[in-house]
This record gives sequence, structure tokens and C-alpha cells, in this order.
Amino acid sequence: MDDGLALRDVTIAKAGVPLVRIDHHIHPGEALTVMGPSGVGKSTLLAFVTGTLSPAFTATGRIMLDGHDITDAPPHKRHIGILFQDDLLFPHLTVGQNLGFGLAPGGSRASRKARIDAALAEVDLAGYADRDPATLSGGQKARVALMRMLLSDPCALLLDEAFSRLDAALRAQVRDLVFARAMARQLPVLMVTHDVEDARAAGGAVITLA
Amino acid sequence: MLGPLLAGIYGTILPAFGHLPAAGLTGPSLDAFRALFDWPGLPHAVTLSLTTGLTTTFIALFIVVGLVAGWSGTRSFRALERALSPLLSVPHAAAAFGLAFLIAPSGWIARAGSPWLTGWDRPPDVLILQDHWGLTMTAGLIIKEIPFLLLMTLAALGQADVVRARTVAAALGYGRVTGWLKCVFPRVYSQIRLPVYVVLAYGMSVVDVAVILGPNTPPPLSVQIVRWMSAPDFNARLLANAAAILQLALVIGALLVWRLGEGLVAMLGRRWIMAGTRSTCDPVIAAASVTLAATSALAIGGGLAVLAVWSFAGFWGFPDALPDAFSLQNWSRHASGLGDALGQTVLIAACVTLVSLALAIGCLEAEHRHGLRLTQRGMWLLYLPLIVPQTAFLPGLQTFLLNAGLDTGIAPVMLAHLVFVLPYVFLSLADPFRAWDRRTATVAAALGASPNRVLWAVRLPMLLRPVLTATAVGLSVSVGQYLPTLLIGGGRVSTLTTEAVALSSGGDRRAIATYALMQTAAALVPFALALGLPALAYRNRKGLQHG
Amino acid sequence: MRSLALLAALAATPALAQTDPSDWDAVAATAQGQTVYWNAWGGSTTTNDFIAWVGERVAEDYGVTLEHVKLTDTADAVTRVLSEKQAGTDTDGAIDLIWINGANFAAMKDADLLFGPYAEQLPNWQYVDVDGKTVQTDFTVPTDGYESPWAMAQVVFDYDSADMEPLGSMQDILAWSQANPGRFTYPQPPDFLGATFLKQVLVDLLDDASVLSEPATDDNYEQVTAPLWDYLDALTPTLWREGRAYPPTGTAMFPLIADGELDLSISFSPGAASAAIANNELPDTVRTFVLDKGTIGNASFVAIPYNSGSTEGAMVVANFLMSPEAQVRAQNPDVLGYGTVLDMEALSDEQRAAFDALDLGIATLSPAALGAVQAEPHPSWMTRIADDWAQRYGVAQ
Repeated sequence: MDDGLALRDVTIAKAGVPLVRIDHHIHPGEALTVMGPSGVGKSTLLAFVTGTLSPAFTATGRIMLDGHDITDAPPHKRHIGILFQDDLLFPHLTVGQNLGFGLAPGGSRASRKARIDAALAEVDLAGYADRDPATLSGGQKARVALMRMLLSDPCALLLDEAFSRLDAALRAQVRDLVFARAMARQLPVLMVTHDVEDARAAGGAVITLA
Repeated sequence: MLGPLLAGIYGTILPAFGHLPAAGLTGPSLDAFRALFDWPGLPHAVTLSLTTGLTTTFIALFIVVGLVAGWSGTRSFRALERALSPLLSVPHAAAAFGLAFLIAPSGWIARAGSPWLTGWDRPPDVLILQDHWGLTMTAGLIIKEIPFLLLMTLAALGQADVVRARTVAAALGYGRVTGWLKCVFPRVYSQIRLPVYVVLAYGMSVVDVAVILGPNTPPPLSVQIVRWMSAPDFNARLLANAAAILQLALVIGALLVWRLGEGLVAMLGRRWIMAGTRSTCDPVIAAASVTLAATSALAIGGGLAVLAVWSFAGFWGFPDALPDAFSLQNWSRHASGLGDALGQTVLIAACVTLVSLALAIGCLEAEHRHGLRLTQRGMWLLYLPLIVPQTAFLPGLQTFLLNAGLDTGIAPVMLAHLVFVLPYVFLSLADPFRAWDRRTATVAAALGASPNRVLWAVRLPMLLRPVLTATAVGLSVSVGQYLPTLLIGGGRVSTLTTEAVALSSGGDRRAIATYALMQTAAALVPFALALGLPALAYRNRKGLQHG
Repeated sequence: MRSLALLAALAATPALAQTDPSDWDAVAATAQGQTVYWNAWGGSTTTNDFIAWVGERVAEDYGVTLEHVKLTDTADAVTRVLSEKQAGTDTDGAIDLIWINGANFAAMKDADLLFGPYAEQLPNWQYVDVDGKTVQTDFTVPTDGYESPWAMAQVVFDYDSADMEPLGSMQDILAWSQANPGRFTYPQPPDFLGATFLKQVLVDLLDDASVLSEPATDDNYEQVTAPLWDYLDALTPTLWREGRAYPPTGTAMFPLIADGELDLSISFSPGAASAAIANNELPDTVRTFVLDKGTIGNASFVAIPYNSGSTEGAMVVANFLMSPEAQVRAQNPDVLGYGTVLDMEALSDEQRAAFDALDLGIATLSPAALGAVQAEPHPSWMTRIADDWAQRYGVAQ
């Protein structure tokens, strides 16, 4: 019953003016889509969930993940993965090193390499481990970013306009991939977008901010 | 970092008003100021200080603005930018020596044209170096300040939407220069205001360039302060402190005048903008600025070339264009002295730069983690040690350290260097650090990386290029420091810079050339490495090749 | 009564007792491992090389490390010691040895800033020419053993024999300069050599220069120096750059001669021109001359500040500087070309032979040709004349 990502009475305000109010429980394998025009505070909500809210904002309410209150946990202890509209692959590392960065510590060098290779194969990028990320196409980068995030074993997934930079054909393809992987892992997904197609593909509840 | 500054000013004010208990003098008294105003050289020394500072700043700014307005985005601009940028790290003293060897009546230019063009078989008896009005000294400062202001302006341009502003202005019928001046300059100037003040204050109080190129009958106020500081008689010391206070007042006064001038220019500028004048003398400004900038790049480059020739020269009489013979004798005879001075220079520069990097990165990282941002007032504090004239607080700092029993060894010199190195390191790191995409940190944290791991494994490697550039800047600033090394080191700490300037009084051109070249190398090599290392380390990383 | 005074004197000695200079073995033993910071003018490559050589030799023989602190002005060192005294740094000050003479010595001796007496207790003092050379007075001030001599200097004029003939008096120099404007100058006082030029003018112009051996007084100063200012008023417009700029030091005039800007300059080292020719700094047509009535001469000394932490090491260096080995090297025009302070009669045959074997160089006058040495005026003259010069010519309009 407690599993999943719960936002309890969350209110985010700037200079005393409330921007976002939300109270919702996202169960494992479910998605919640937050929509609204730009500047309305969608990304601010995600920053609160990842623990990177700028001090200019104040937030109340609790964030519960699988029954634990993570509201005050530092960002790197929250086990919440996030994808932005840019792939944000680390440009100084190879594709494989990027995945290795995300992979939770432990295991022998060979087993880690095997997991990385398997992850790449899962998204049709087998043999790309030694590539410079800058040489990849947009769709390939998006897939690497997704797998990097998934390898860190997150307990929830946030999507911040994650598909808006991709062109129409690619967008549907990547979106389907992301949701397929998230559902396969039974992750709760919180997505902000301004694209109705995204919301439809997510299939869950939709909250529109104004 | 303001500690040494305040201690220095405090240590200067007390003796200036006749309070020096150690010497049995208790103040307050105005005797030192009375003696200062009785010095017959004062009016000229003060005038020199003012004219040098204001002229240097005005001309250097004019050239840089004309250059950027008229040429930015063109191929010749990129060529010039590439030629000027490394010159930023050429130490002031080396550039001044090079200029002197180039334009003196017996310099390379006169040699090249004699006797076939000029008919001279002896150098003409004309006062070029050490001229009464300090014009040569001003020229020497201008050629060194152009690269500094240019790079500062280019950094500021990154934050102004120049290309689109120019397109819009051009569509409205404005010429290149006029359009830039009206649309971009006001935004850029507010960003480079503090660097401009640094140039102004530096030009008014410089010592090493003034010793090499400036007049002596009388010298500029700053040089006279250093002389009085070193006179055996105690009253001269009080006089030096009084003059240091006067120097500080002059710099403050000049800054106020400049500030008023800014207001005036802004007012006239707004009227000019409202008048809708299209192109006025665009081609003239563009041509003048590019000529002057190219000349100054050539002056530094040619200066370094003539230093190189002198350092290998056998006997070289006038008007021969080249020496009778070349030899390594000079380098070998100075080898051990150069080695010692280089070791000392590198040790100081490396320690100071390392500490500065740690402090600056720590500060910027704290800013990042806690979401803070340096305010305009904070920027002023950062710039303060660069604006307060060195001659105004280093004498006091020396007395202060002496009283605190910290006067010997290399550590106080490093501390004094830190005051000047840290701001430059911070300034060169700040923009790239702040421009770094915060979401990268969010992604890394979401992947489970702690803030320290994000810093070491993601942020610093991605910012390797700016970190190395800041390192090079820090090293070259430290290498070039003359007065802090001389005064705080009490003569025991000799770097390439203090050795080179000490040699200037002896007039041995071969020795001067050798030391000045070595000094230049000590400052330039780190820059070459800063450019080369990331290219090497990231030769297979396309995403970082233009970082 | 006497023992009480002795007791008081003992009580006043600093806790770190300095070794008795006359106990040379103890001095040498304590000096082992010390570092001596020698503050000496650093503007001349030849001098710097010589000091470096001294450093190697004292390291070999005595285990003393010598660090040359290169000064632009000896007064810097004096200030340093003064400010250390103010700050109460009475032991292990920054300076262990200073190349000094004249007004700086007088000032330091006056203010009790020197260690000593030590000079005449040093082993090599036995070779010093006490009778023939002014090694026990410095600008008429008795040295009293507070500084030890290491070189003799005498004013000579360097000239380019390709362009002019030797001149016999200051009046001749004025007349020549008027006929050849822009070809002569002197370093800007208070530079040591520049101030010496002023004194040389005065000594040569006065019929009887004996008045200069007493301190200057308010009563006689103006009248005695009047001929000097008349002379300079006439000379200055004919100088290099019309007297609107001056070279900072003596050696800074070498390149001016080498380039042909100057034909005539002044030097305080009879052998410096030969050394500079050997070093490619001067053309080989340069020669030297002295005035008919003779020129001013003096000795260069080293002194030890009262708060040196390495007095023994400093004495070792001072003693080595007076050794026949160092002296013959200093006199070698290929090295320094400085005059020796030693008495040839006091040396062994072998030591003397080393001096005789020296080729003094084409531009160096023989000891006989150097002629009479005129005494330095009392330092009070130099101080006042240098100040006056600065007022009259140092802030040229």
C-alpha cells in the first residue's frame, strides 16, 4: 500500500506566493503527468522531489518513497532517477564509463562490464561502450541516458520534458521505450510536459497547473 | 583576503601621521606631509601619476572597444585575438624591457634604419626612454593593458546577445561600429567596469614599468615612494608613508573623475542614440583601432625578439642591425643564477596558485551547493586588492609583518602574492563554473553520486580547460609580481622578476635580456600547457573540444 | 670599579654570544654550516659572478653557504637593519654582511648598527696595506675595525679613443663637452658614482681642497660649493639628453658608450673598462684617463650588522675577501679589475708573482699612471651636495 511515490500536501511557493499544490500517490508501474504552460513551476516541483530546490523557493509537505520519508534526504540518497530534455551525458567519459558512473557500486570488474554491455544491448547499442558520447545521434544519446539512469537502480522515475528535444518520429519511439522499461521495472513515474501526446502515452492521471 | 590589505593600510596611515613608536616617534603630527609638500618634485610626480593612469586607460579602452566594435566576428579579429591573448601573460617588466630595446635611440628600429635611411652612424641624442612626460612609460603600459581589457571584454560579450543585436542594428541601417557602440557597448561596459578601474589604478601606481621606462627627474610618485622607503634615514620612511596616503587619495580621486566621466559619456551617448545618427566615422575608428592593436602586438612580439637577439649577442655596435657574433656565453654565465631564481619563482607561483585554486573552487562550489551568488558588493571586495595601489599598502604591510615577527622566509611573500593572485584566479574560474549546467549535477546526484563525487568526477573534469587556464593565469600573475616580492621578501627572496628589475639599473643588456626572457617563459609556458593539455587529454572527446 | 663595568658589559651582551673575533679557530669552527646573506649591489654581472665564486670557495674551505642578496641600492640594506632594530629583531636579522662605504657606513656606525670591532683581528689583515691605502678611514670617518676592506677604487674617466683624446681637468671636460654636446653624462645622484662625480668636480675646481676634510658647516657650505654649481649650470645643457635624463648607474653607461651615444663617462673602477671590453660590453677602442691633479680614491668595505645570526660565517667571508687568492682574482681584468687592498711587500714571493703575472688589460692604467689619489671629502659634504643637486637638477623642468 505504501509502495510508490507519494506527494503529500506538497505546496511550493516563491516569495510567499504559492505556485504548485499537489497531493497524489503514484503507485508502482503508474504514471502521473503534470501539464501546464512554461514558467508555471512544473520543473520546480521536480527539483523539490530530487532535493535540488533553489533557496528562492519554499516548500511544505512530505515526499514518501516506498514508505520512507525522503523529504529531507540529500539528493544522492533518494534513489530517484531523472531524465531531462537534454541527454546530459558526461562529455569527458565514454558511453561505457557513463553507464559505469550510474551503475551501483559492487561486483567484479568483469561483472560490471557485463551488465553495461547487456544494458547497451537492451537498447540496440551493443558495442558502443568505447564511443565518445558526442559522436552519437540524438536518439542514441537518449537511450544511453535512459540506461545510465536505470543502471543506478532508482525506485522512481522523473521525466522533465524528457522528449521535447526529439523530432516527432523519434519521440514516440524513445517515449515508448522509456515507459516500457519503467513499467517492466514497476517504477512510479512523475512526468512534467506540455505535450498532450506525452500524457496520452503515459496513460495515468493528469494534473494541469495553471 | 582583505586582512593583509587592511593591515597594510593601517600600517601606512600611522607613520604617515608621524606615529612610529619603535623609532621613538609619537604622533599625530603633520610633519611628514609638510615635508612631502616641500619636495620640489611633487607637482610633477603627481601630474605624471595622473596622466599616465588616465591616458593608459583611455587609449587602451578606446583601442579595445574600437577593435571589438569594428572587427569582432571577422577573420582578422580572430587572428588578432589569437596574437594578443598569449601576450596577456608576458610579464610587464619583460614587455617594458623589450619595448625599451626596440624604440630607444640605439634600439632595434633605429638600427634597422641606419645608416641607409636615417644617415645616423651614432644614435640620435633624443629623449625617448625616461622622457619627462612619461609617454614611453604610458605606451609600455598600453601595450600590456590591451590584451587584458580585450579578454575581459570578450568574456563580457559572451553574456550579451551580440550577433542578434548587430543584425538588428544593421537592419536598421547602422554601421558596424556605430551599431555596436549604441546597442552592445552599454551592456558590455557595465561588465568590464571593474577591470577598467584596475587598469586605471595600476597605471597610476606601477613601479616596475616606471623604473624601466619612466622619467627620473623626478620619477612618478610610486617610484619615489619606493625610493623613500629604502632611504637609510627614518624621516624619509615617514615621508614614504605620507606619499603612499597621497597616492591612495589620488587613485580614489581619479576613479571618481572617471566615474563622473562615465556618467557624462552615458548622457551624451543617450542623446546620440536618440538622435538616430547612423554611421559617422566607422571606418576611421575601425582602421585606427586595428592598426594600434596590431602595432602593440608587434611591439611586444618585436620586443621579445630583440631580447632574444641580445641574450645571444656577442659585441653589437651601433648601427649594426645584428650582432657581430652569436654565442651561448651569456646563457651559460647566468645559468646558475637563472636556475636559482627560476626555482624560487616556480615554488612561490605553484604554492600560491594551488592555494588560490583551492579557495576559489571551494568558494564557487559552496556557491553552487548552497545556491548563493556573489553580489555586486562582493565583486568590489574581490577587486579591491587590485584597485588599491600596491604602493599604498605594501610598505605598511611590511612594517606590520616585521612587528609581528613574520618577516623572514618565503611564506610572507606567498601570502602577499595570494592577495593579488586569488582575485584573478577566482575571476577566471567564476564564469565557466557558473555557466556549467546545474542539471548535470542533478543527474549525477540522481545516479547516487555524493556532492564530492560530483565535484571530483564530473564537474572538475568537465571544467578541466578553465581550471587549467585559471592555473596559468595564477602562475603568470605570481611570476610578474615585483613590489610584493621586493618589499615583503626584504631582499632575501629573489625571483626572476626582482632579479630582472634589479639588473635594469646596471644596464647590461645581455643580462637583462636573459632574465627577461626567462621571466616571460615562466609565465608563458603554463599558458601553452593550459591550451595543450586538455586538447591532449580530450583528443577523443568532441564535446569538450570547444569548452 | 673596572670589574663592575665589565660585569655590566657582559650583562648587556645578547644571550646568543658571538664568538670572539680574535679566536680564529673558534670563529672558523662556529662558521661551519652557517648561511651568510651578503647584501651587495647586484647590477653588475661581473661582480655577481665574483661573489658567486667567493661563495663556492668559502663553502669548500669553511662549509659556509653564501647567498648574494642583490640590491639596487645599498641604502636598502641599511633601512632593513634599521627597521629590524625598531621591531626588536636583535638576533638573526635578515642581513649578515653588507658591501658598504661612505655615508651608509657612517650612518650605521653612528646608530650602533654594526658588529665589531673585528676587521683587524682577522688573519688576513696582516697582508693589508695599512700605510699606503686608505683602509682605516672611510670618507674621513675612522673605521675602528667595524668594516674590513676588500677593494680599492679610484675615479677614472672612460673615453672612446676613436673619437677623442684624454683631458686633464674638469675645466677641460667642460670645454670639450661644450664643443661636443650630448657626448658626456654621469649617473644620477644619489647614485654613488654620480655623487662622486660631483665631489670630483669640487675637488678639482678648488685650489685648496683641505676644507673638505672637515664636516661641512652652514657657514662655509654655500661659499665652498659655489664653483660646483656654476660649473654644473654651464655643463648640464651640454650633457647627454641635455641633462633631462641621467643613467641610473655607472655600468648603465657602458651600452651608451658601446652604441656611440657617449664618448666620455666616469668610473670608480680603474679596471672596469678592460673587463667590460673582455665581456663584449664596450668596444676595444675605449681607454681611461685621470686628471692632472689626480682623482678621488677610496676603499670598498664589508660590514656585519649587529643582529646578524651568522657573524662567524660573515667574518669568514670578510677574511676570505682579503686573502691573496681572492684579491688576485678581483684584480684580474677578466674577472673584476678591482684594485687590491694588499701590501705587495707583505706577501710571499709566490703570492706576489701571481699579482705580477696579471695582464691588467688594454684600458687599464698602470699603478704609476693612476697618479696621486685625492682624499674623499667628509660624508657631510656628499649628503648636502646630493640633496642640493636633487633640488637643482633632479626635478628638471
